[in-house]
Amino acid sequence: MTSWPILSVVTFLPLAGALFIALLPEDEAGVRNARWVALWTTLVTFLISLILVWRFDPASADFQFVERRPWLGGAITYYMGVDGISLPFVILTTALMPISILASWEAIQRRVRDYMIAFLVLETLMVGTFCALDLVLFYLFFEGGLIPMFLIIGVWGGPRRVYASFKFFLYTLLGSVLMLLAIMAMYWNAGTTDIPALLHHAFPRSLQTWAWFAFLASFAVKLPMWPVHTWLPDAHVEAPTAGSVILAAILLKMGGYGFLRFSLPMFPQASLELAPLIYALSVVAIVYTSLVALMQEDVKKLIAYSSVAHMGFVTMGIFAMTTQGVAGGIFQMISHGIVSAALFLCVGVIYDRMHTREIAAYGGLVNRMPVYAFVFMVFSLANVGLPGTSGFIGEFLTLIGTFRVNNWVATLATLGTILSAAYMLWLYRKVIFGKLEKASLFKITDMGWREIVVLAPLVILTIVFGVYPRPVLDISAVSVTQLIDNFQHAVGSVQSAALAR
Amino acid sequence: MKAVLTVPALVPLLPEIVLGLGAMALLMLGVYRGERTARLIDGAAIVLLVAAGAIVLALPAGRLVTFDGSFVVDDFARFLKILAILGSAAAIAMSIDYAAREREQRFEYSVLIVLSTLGMLMLISAADLIALYLGLELMSLPLYVVAASQRSVLRSSEAGLKYFVLGALSSGMLLYGASLTYGFTGTVSFAGIAHAAAGAGPGLIFGLVFLFAGFCFKVSAVPFHMWTPDVYEGAPTPVTAFFAAAPKVAGIAMFVRVAVTAFPGITAQWQEILVFVAIASMALGAFAAIGQRNIKRLMAYSSIGHMGFALIGLAAGTAEGVQGVLLYIAIYVTMTLGVFAVILSMRRSTGMVESIDQLAGLARTHPTMAFFLAMLLFSMAGVPPLAGFFAKFYVFLAAIKVGLYALAVIGVLASVVGAYYYLAIIKTMYFDEPAEGFVGMPAELKIVLAVCGLFNILFFLYPGPLVGVASAAARSLF
Repeated sequence: MTSWPILSVVTFLPLAGALFIALLPEDEAGVRNARWVALWTTLVTFLISLILVWRFDPASADFQFVERRPWLGGAITYYMGVDGISLPFVILTTALMPISILASWEAIQRRVRDYMIAFLVLETLMVGTFCALDLVLFYLFFEGGLIPMFLIIGVWGGPRRVYASFKFFLYTLLGSVLMLLAIMAMYWNAGTTDIPALLHHAFPRSLQTWAWFAFLASFAVKLPMWPVHTWLPDAHVEAPTAGSVILAAILLKMGGYGFLRFSLPMFPQASLELAPLIYALSVVAIVYTSLVALMQEDVKKLIAYSSVAHMGFVTMGIFAMTTQGVAGGIFQMISHGIVSAALFLCVGVIYDRMHTREIAAYGGLVNRMPVYAFVFMVFSLANVGLPGTSGFIGEFLTLIGTFRVNNWVATLATLGTILSAAYMLWLYRKVIFGKLEKASLFKITDMGWREIVVLAPLVILTIVFGVYPRPVLDISAVSVTQLIDNFQHAVGSVQSAALAR
Repeated sequence: MKAVLTVPALVPLLPEIVLGLGAMALLMLGVYRGERTARLIDGAAIVLLVAAGAIVLALPAGRLVTFDGSFVVDDFARFLKILAILGSAAAIAMSIDYAAREREQRFEYSVLIVLSTLGMLMLISAADLIALYLGLELMSLPLYVVAASQRSVLRSSEAGLKYFVLGALSSGMLLYGASLTYGFTGTVSFAGIAHAAAGAGPGLIFGLVFLFAGFCFKVSAVPFHMWTPDVYEGAPTPVTAFFAAAPKVAGIAMFVRVAVTAFPGITAQWQEILVFVAIASMALGAFAAIGQRNIKRLMAYSSIGHMGFALIGLAAGTAEGVQGVLLYIAIYVTMTLGVFAVILSMRRSTGMVESIDQLAGLARTHPTMAFFLAMLLFSMAGVPPLAGFFAKFYVFLAAIKVGLYALAVIGVLASVVGAYYYLAIIKTMYFDEPAEGFVGMPAELKIVLAVCGLFNILFFLYPGPLVGVASAAARSLF
């Protein structure tokens, strides 16, 4: 296939950029160069990652661009590769990084070098998480992301940043260490941490259940699922704009990716038996956090709660274990990655001008900011799931996928779409419409060219994917089909064995 | 009964002989030439230690035995000897600037550390109870003296006295355990005990318990940890750095060797003890450290916790477990020395400061130092991809293999609690407004910090060799 280790290049190029920035002097020119180096590094990384899409064979469910080297001695190796499930997330990550860097161009004035280094290191760890084909390597990338994100929230965050960063770090760590123990148990059971091999390993029934719970502990916190979602509103509110973007668009997706990559294929019986638990938690997340979102006074907090609700659709779709449900879950994650990132960027636009996120502080912005009003409308409607936007496809697919398995869950979840319309339209009316009465807003300016450059691709993608979702669905289709086939096979063989007995 | 007196093979003992003779020579030099030779002796002591380390590496491969089987050099001993020597040499290097600034330059200091290191090497190689006790006392007596070496400072004397009294008590318990063991098995050699232990009754268990109590004291594991915070806080800071590294290596070495080679037949009995000790140490280390404001005291609780984690591997009682212990202790030494290099640099024009609050805004005043310290603290918290993660990974891996699930779960939960106070220090350095900066960092501390920091950061790139060596060392015991 490829003669050069393309995945390693995509993964570690940002790290090289970070090292280069670390060598820059800490003066005015160094700061300016740090921004440009970060931007170019992320752009080049993005372009290289596009080669992945170009050379990817969507007709094969195997892992592609595989690299393997000895690492920890014995069975634990440096093993990278992507399939149709992970590739969309890799592209999402590399595509959003230049946007995040651009969004922080002027918003970050303090310790710019450190900030850019933290972001580039974070990119390496995020891409690595999606590419790793060894459990220990996966864990390394997955957990390593805590360090830069902790610093991003803590150093460049808002007034309650210390509380938010600690909560973020400790919550996530607590979930993950249990997963680590499960990884070890899997290692001793299967004799390897090689993910493709583990996908076909039949774990004993008792191990499946508790390993499933251990993985749930980690991914439920990361995603986040109700009731362990409380770190998310705090982290979002306090993080700088680009931090929120990355958190919502990519870090949350690691949880959903984990369910798809590990829980479902490796512990099929446990997944089947415990799916009702996930349904219950998902429905609560969808309905309850939507109601909570209705009551928020802070724009970012509202979007954070809406993220939790949207992730409820993802878990519901994944554990429906139907082709539509899983494909919808993946599409919903990609779509939410674009839409939530854009919404946080939109909040950043007005926050940079007014330095407040209180909904009550705004009103009538359409009079002074017509472009902004349009952009914000597109993303609000996408968040609601209006047909014609990418948000619709994800919600629709997850809902029909679930409907085939469980009518009640799907029906209750539909309530969430109504509630999301309620809070998003309410937010939009409060912020954008009405008379421009507040004196502080009289001088507010519309979006500058940099902000338009940042948001324009996201507007285009939201609408294109809403009308023509094939690119994402096609890449993942074969892998999803294989995932479901393997799952049905594993569950079926156990059931027939039980019947034979 | 024909050969009444034969000279035993001395080759395996060469590093110890070099250190012993060298220490005597340096002592003579110091006595005759006075205090002004202190710096020279510091340098010579480091050279001596490095030479001893080189000889350890140059010894013939395989298992060397001498003195009728009471002194063993195997891969396990080689690994830990190198580690102990590195810890001691770094501790001497880290004391040079401190001694000069505090006007505490004494040539005895380095000589005592070399003698103590000699004791450690004896201890690591000991294969019977008498050799073990000899090594232990040779290691400990200089420690009591250096703890009290700052004669003009009350709390240093207090630390020395406390350490001595409690240390003597623990030695007593250990001797009592040794005599019980001898009484019930009729031998002092570990192999002989292992042979006789199979049929021995509860009396031997009593001996085992008292022996383990003595070991727990030396590695500062709960419930024999009480001396640690006071001694760490009271002793002069370079001495604390020394205490936290090399003696812990020797203590763990004797713990592992006795448990694995002298009592292999009754693993189930001592496993229970170790599970309790490990859980109690991890929990106490995690919770008690939260309230500490003094960074040396905090490091004391941190080291108690780390010993708990290291003992998880021993509790597993397998070759994988011992490999985990060895990796843990090796990585622990680098983390500890690196952190102490920063603590020794916490000096304003008015003198040393020890409160964590004084690190406020270190990321602004000394960015490189803050970066390395932050990485070392994340490593101590066990966050990947830093070395501390792999340390914990291997001990937990061993525990899961033998089915010690409860221990593993409590262990990882304790590591999350422990992460809190490491994060709190990082928060002080990175999130808080800067306090007054420190005076410049001397070159030797910079080197120690950079080496330890880079080791911890880059370990994940090429972990194979160290993991392989530790694995070979562990297998040499089984």
